[in-house]
Amino acid sequence: MSTLPKLAVAKFASCDGCQLTLLHAEDELLAIADAVHIANFAEASSRLEPAPYDITLVEGSITTQKDRRRIVKLRSDSKYLITIGACATAGGIQALRNFADHQDFLRAVYARPDYIQSLATSTPIAAHVKVDFELRGCPIDKSQLLEVIASLLAGHRPRTSSECVCQPCKRRGTVCVVVANNQPCLGPVTQAGCGAVCPAFDRGCYGCFGPAAQPNMLGLSDRLLQPRMDRAQSARFLQTFNSYAPEFSAAGQRLWQLAGQPKPLHPSLASSPGDTHPAAVGQGKETTEE
Amino acid sequence: MPAKDPTRCHVNATELPVIDHSPTPAQWFLPRQSLQTLLDQLQRLGYEVVGPRIDQAAIVYDQIESVDELPAGWTDLQSPGQYRLQPRADDALFGYVVGPHSWKKYLFPPLVNLMRSTKTTDGWQMQDEPQEPRRYALLGVRACELAAIAIQDRVFLSERYTDPLYQQRRHALLIIAVNCTQAASTCFCTSMQSGPRCTSGFDLALTELPTGFVVEIGSPGGQAVADDLPLRPATEQERESSSLARKTAFDQITRQLDTTNIRDKLMTRLEHPRWADVASRCLSCANCTLVCPTCFCHSVDDVTDLTSDEVIRQRHWDSCFNMDFSYANGGAVRDNVRSRYRQWLTHKLASWIDQFGSSGCVGCGRCITWCPVGIDLTEEVAAICSEPST
Repeated sequence: MSTLPKLAVAKFASCDGCQLTLLHAEDELLAIADAVHIANFAEASSRLEPAPYDITLVEGSITTQKDRRRIVKLRSDSKYLITIGACATAGGIQALRNFADHQDFLRAVYARPDYIQSLATSTPIAAHVKVDFELRGCPIDKSQLLEVIASLLAGHRPRTSSECVCQPCKRRGTVCVVVANNQPCLGPVTQAGCGAVCPAFDRGCYGCFGPAAQPNMLGLSDRLLQPRMDRAQSARFLQTFNSYAPEFSAAGQRLWQLAGQPKPLHPSLASSPGDTHPAAVGQGKETTEE
Repeated sequence: MPAKDPTRCHVNATELPVIDHSPTPAQWFLPRQSLQTLLDQLQRLGYEVVGPRIDQAAIVYDQIESVDELPAGWTDLQSPGQYRLQPRADDALFGYVVGPHSWKKYLFPPLVNLMRSTKTTDGWQMQDEPQEPRRYALLGVRACELAAIAIQDRVFLSERYTDPLYQQRRHALLIIAVNCTQAASTCFCTSMQSGPRCTSGFDLALTELPTGFVVEIGSPGGQAVADDLPLRPATEQERESSSLARKTAFDQITRQLDTTNIRDKLMTRLEHPRWADVASRCLSCANCTLVCPTCFCHSVDDVTDLTSDEVIRQRHWDSCFNMDFSYANGGAVRDNVRSRYRQWLTHKLASWIDQFGSSGCVGCGRCITWCPVGIDLTEEVAAICSEPST
């Protein structure tokens, strides 16, 4: 029986890309296996060991009643629960349903929508259970994941920056695509972590890592996006992978309102996701649901 | 409080390899087709030549081997928040102003490993990360950029705090300046007394004419390079043409920053409502500080591997616009954009004088052009200083 800390990887509503980041850490996998005992990682091995776990990495958002119960159980089975990726930390692209009619989506996608049992909303893990650390990204960054695992093992706070994408972008010598190429870009309000990949390929930042610390969404919407695209386009640009992240959600809703196409939040959610989302009130929030 | 006596800043200027040129410089002429000879010679002397080239829809600074890589026939059109490359009517090699990069990336690199600690059975073994000596020749340094290098010298080469990496690269540096023959709408070097004429701090200074370059020699190092170039004394007409070309740049500068008593004006207006106004527009993205040729803020992080048996200490460019930059004992001291913008502007233009004996601004205009929402510091300063102190 291994004495190493037990690691589990759990999946909720998601595309598996974030878990794949762990498998893609090919150069480090042996070191990871030396440092932790991978006890439950269905994408890597069919040998699944039962709880409890020391570290549980959670991918995906909560979109079904069953998952609502499963995450509560998983929380009680885990010493540290770390959410990985935009789905787990902000509800993911599937959180677009929070601003629309869920039934419309079901009818548009499935031949027999009555077979589908899902919630009308997609919510981050921290809206349901206490989360010890949130790792952003769509997908997450390998180096940041290794930093989180290493810091847990060493017993210190993970060193993940709260700076915005512009800073790694400048450090790598990329020329600003807004100023030199008139492209819309979410870099100034998006948390760093990806290494500023998109601007290095002449594309504006898509905001995969969610809001940076104290983002000036009004300044961005009115002074950077709207001179380059109309209000509805600006709203869509903001509402992708992190549409339900509090700051992006509020800015997107304001732009839809200004565009004359209001998209209010689903009534089951607070009027502002800032009320329930952990990013607005600190790391994690316990709820009494279930 | 008056500005601090400039003699109190601890600069060891005598160690620097550049000297002021004589009051009546000799002027030489280098034919355009001989510029490659200069590049070849620099490479022979063991320099890595870095200069302007077109990349990513801009004129950036990068390694240069051939004159063919220079941005012949291109210029830059700049305004607050906007930069565009445009073809010129002629094929000038240095017919642009300044771009998104500054030379500081060569002397003060964006990311560098400083130290490595390894856990052994005898405890931690720590050693400095070996730094490969770099010998750069900078080609195309403008007057405002010479001033910026002089400012960073005062930051990194003071007697009390000398940065060894900067010191090695700076002392090995060769600077080939180029006088501006045009200005951008964002330029205001005349307000900061830093240009557009290159007067000191270079080894060679060129003024471009259609047929070649009028050359001034600014140091023994520059003389040594010049000795092997096919130079001839510049004719009266060439001297006059170069003077006229430089005057064109001077005449094109319209933007102004009133520096009269600026330190006290700003420091007595710390509660001016304009700070909140600019904070509503500022994205706190730090672009202004990262394109600034004098901003030197950085952070040092320890990066561990999975087992924490090896720790690498890294230094990277940071910015006062980051909330975490002022993190201390449980919280950020500058916890809002208003206080961060105010910190940047008052440091750059006011408290820098107390700290280093000069302004931290050289009037290159990069912070204006490369602000993605086009905030113009000269406009902000005018608004803040035009009203009585608060």
